[in-house]
Amino acid sequence: MSAAQATVAARPRRRRSEISERRLAAYLVSPSLIVIALVAAYPICYAIWLSLHQYSLIHPGLSRWVGLDNFRDAITSSAFWSSVKITFIFTAISVTLELVIGLAMALLMHAAFRGRSVLRAVVLVPWAVLTVGTAMMWKTIFDADLGFANQVLQALHLPGGHTVWLGQNGYAMAVMIFADVWKTAPFMALLLLAGLQVIPDDVYEAAKVDGATVWQRFVSITLPLLRPAILVALIFRTLDALRIFDLPFVLTQGSNGTTTLSLYAYQQLTQNRLIGPGSSLAVLTFIIVMAVSFLYIRLVGGNIRALAEDT
Amino acid sequence: MSTQTVAQPRTWRARLGASERVGTSGQRPSAASRILLWLGVVLTILFCLFPFYWMINTSLKTGGELSTGHVFPHHPSLDNYTSIFKNSDFTTALRTSAIVAGGSTLIALTIGSFAAYALARLRFKFKFLILALILSTTTFPPIAIAAPLFKIWTSGLFGIRLYNTYLGLILPFLTFILPLTIYILTSFFQEIPKDLEEAALVDGATRFQAFRKIVIPLAAPGLVTAGLLAFIFAWNEFLLSITLTSSANRRPVSAAIAFFTGSQQFQIPLGTIAAATVTITVPLIVLVIIFQKRIVAGLTAGAVKG
Repeated sequence: MSAAQATVAARPRRRRSEISERRLAAYLVSPSLIVIALVAAYPICYAIWLSLHQYSLIHPGLSRWVGLDNFRDAITSSAFWSSVKITFIFTAISVTLELVIGLAMALLMHAAFRGRSVLRAVVLVPWAVLTVGTAMMWKTIFDADLGFANQVLQALHLPGGHTVWLGQNGYAMAVMIFADVWKTAPFMALLLLAGLQVIPDDVYEAAKVDGATVWQRFVSITLPLLRPAILVALIFRTLDALRIFDLPFVLTQGSNGTTTLSLYAYQQLTQNRLIGPGSSLAVLTFIIVMAVSFLYIRLVGGNIRALAEDT
Repeated sequence: MSTQTVAQPRTWRARLGASERVGTSGQRPSAASRILLWLGVVLTILFCLFPFYWMINTSLKTGGELSTGHVFPHHPSLDNYTSIFKNSDFTTALRTSAIVAGGSTLIALTIGSFAAYALARLRFKFKFLILALILSTTTFPPIAIAAPLFKIWTSGLFGIRLYNTYLGLILPFLTFILPLTIYILTSFFQEIPKDLEEAALVDGATRFQAFRKIVIPLAAPGLVTAGLLAFIFAWNEFLLSITLTSSANRRPVSAAIAFFTGSQQFQIPLGTIAAATVTITVPLIVLVIIFQKRIVAGLTAGAVKG
């Protein structure tokens, strides 16, 4: 009886505080939402609008609605599919290598030995090097005449000491993959290390007592328990690799089979000034990345929901 | 379930003979694994550091020595460094990067901490939707916003031409550093106990006072983490930097170095490129090593972008 009265009395007050809480939340969240609407949502919509138009090169400012023509031209051109192929080959190989090397590094950093904190600092160095700097660095090292790679090959009298690394199909892609793996495998390693650190030790102890070998422990304990961390790391790296632009831009300017999707769209937009077709390529890149990130939401969406509801 | 528990001891026992034999043979396997471990450590250190060491090495070489494979310079010289610091394009670019990356980081921390506080503490509708929307922008390919931003910035936004200005870079940088900041700060705010704040509210403080006087000081480590990562990502940005600027006096270092040709023409400016790369990277490496723990915490807790 008295409890019911109390809730009746409390309700209006609580509602008022709820309303003020909502209003405060709206004030606090809106600056961020306005910024994102202005510099992300609006430009994306504008890009879609641009991609549906044809622009006159002779009379700047003149535009004509062409519907989906730019998209039709894009998906029927071999240049587009070649850039899709290049992007996916780059993504598949570099992300796989990064996972393998990153996992090895993570296991190493997880092992107990003196000075492992030094190793953890060392691993952050490639991550801290500017991407453009990374590209410049590998461009220098793989320079045909002055590069370190060829000097080593020549000094050891190995074949290929005069390879024009960035001047040939295949080799140029290999250098690009190598540069990417160098820069981001350590990042992968740190994500996986965080995953390793939450696996309780007693699971390993129990398996040891049961006589499981190192390999058995790795396959039947580490890998399954590390799965969420591997998944997150793979998705972040995949999304980044699909958007790769800096590396091919600096290394080869897209020559010799390194024109990725982003670089192809950029060339159409700036060098060829084809605003409509270039925008359609940018939108297609956006759609491809979004399709992959949809997978991301499906797989790790639970984490975001947990973050939102954990109040 | 029951078949598994029955089956497992059998497989373990089958292996037990083998492992016991290894076990009784003393410290040998552990010594072998020690060697393997240290081999891995040496390989990792070489893999991570050697390329950058090679850059430093190259930056200290001049003239004919550049074409040699000397593992350390026989005639070390700082000529390459003096030449890049005499190059006003390079020093201007350094200043531009500091302004643009610093400016966007400060804005992201300010408005991002507001949003993160609301997301971490307050009850309101569409919270999941708002967070998902904010985070989804980190997946936007920069190329998809570069062309429209170029058109909007050159023709003017609300009558203000943002093309080739500091603000014209600061604003679009927020598309990827603001979500990162919000994600990291939200998880940090959630870890701060609510009691202190509630005590302040009972004592008559407003929500905003509680936020400013209690939450922000307690979240200082989180702000440092988010700020560092945001600054590094902004310092790294390249595609928008080359699209939205046209002159050397508004070009950040990432863009400037890509167009770097050195002081002498008709010569591969290997030494100066190396010196420039080292110069723009060393401050970041120093920051990263000083704040190692913070950065790893941010990368792995947030892990929004690589």
